[in-house]
Amino acid sequence: MHSFGHRANAVATFAVTILAAMCFAASFSDNFNTPTPTASVKILNINWFQKEANGNDEVSMTLNISADLSSLFTWNTKQVFVFVAAEYETSQNALNQVSLWDGIIPAKEHAKFLIHTTNKYRFIDQGSNLKGKEFNLTMHWHIMPKTGKMFADKIVMTGYRLPEQYR
Amino acid sequence: MGFVGDTVESIRSMQIRQVLTQIISLGMIVTSALIIWKGLIVVTGSESPVVVVLSGSMEPGFKRGDILFLHMSKDPIRTGEIVVFNVDGREIPIVHRVIKVHERQDTKEVDILTKGDNNFGDDRLLYAHGQLWLQQHHIMGRAVGYLPYVGWVTIIMTEKPFIKYLLIGALGLLVITSKE
Repeated sequence: MHSFGHRANAVATFAVTILAAMCFAASFSDNFNTPTPTASVKILNINWFQKEANGNDEVSMTLNISADLSSLFTWNTKQVFVFVAAEYETSQNALNQVSLWDGIIPAKEHAKFLIHTTNKYRFIDQGSNLKGKEFNLTMHWHIMPKTGKMFADKIVMTGYRLPEQYR
Repeated sequence: MGFVGDTVESIRSMQIRQVLTQIISLGMIVTSALIIWKGLIVVTGSESPVVVVLSGSMEPGFKRGDILFLHMSKDPIRTGEIVVFNVDGREIPIVHRVIKVHERQDTKEVDILTKGDNNFGDDRLLYAHGQLWLQQHHIMGRAVGYLPYVGWVTIIMTEKPFIKYLLIGALGLLVITSKE
């Protein structure tokens, strides 16, 4: 009855069960964290703003991004992926979301940061609707866990406007 | 010699009723696995509810051999979400992050651009020739959960089929020769 095979099987099954329960508990414990992140984004300069040969507007800008996301980190957090997207509506599109900058925060110690950067990804419209366009800058974050469920949230910052003329 | 002799003896001495019971219990294992998989497809709404990460393009978030749980809800795709998509003319689905979304006013159709966290540029080079955007129908699901390392089992079995057959053979033998 109690052969080597039976014992090995019992130990393996028990180990896997405990491991699964611990993964579940670690992921579940994330729900008890109520983060209080802060963020602010300033547009320091519109470097250039033009219509491309194919008719789409493109703008290049310099951004000042500061945030404190340290409250997002729990013991089950592997990293936080953070990005700033420009969000606006046009007559053609109900929603345009264009990611301008992103970064990976590997640890809580790096979660409070201030970055001075030009847009990392090209800010191109579908069409030519950007002159004088009002838009939001939204800081999104996606919490990537060591195991289990992923969480995401955002802070919307309103009241940004592009220039009336190309430059 | 003893083990092989015993095994042959045990197969020979088996009664027909015992053989039938074992076939049925084997069938139960296979069908319940199938039921769980198909049930997951229905619940998550994704044609493949669990995927194994095969490349390092999302490192350090997802490494090769990690598994992701997918969900396909009616909610529209938004930037930052990690989606699994199929490109026309490519067999293997890709797991990458959405960086741009343009959603139409009238039809609610979406144009999506993706990028791997660990890649330098966006995914237009991976898309079909001349394709600039992904549409809703390319998307198989979005990642909602994560479990590290477990996917190595399938990676090893696909890359070293010998181990797969060895495992299936050993399990089969175990089921056939087990007494109760």
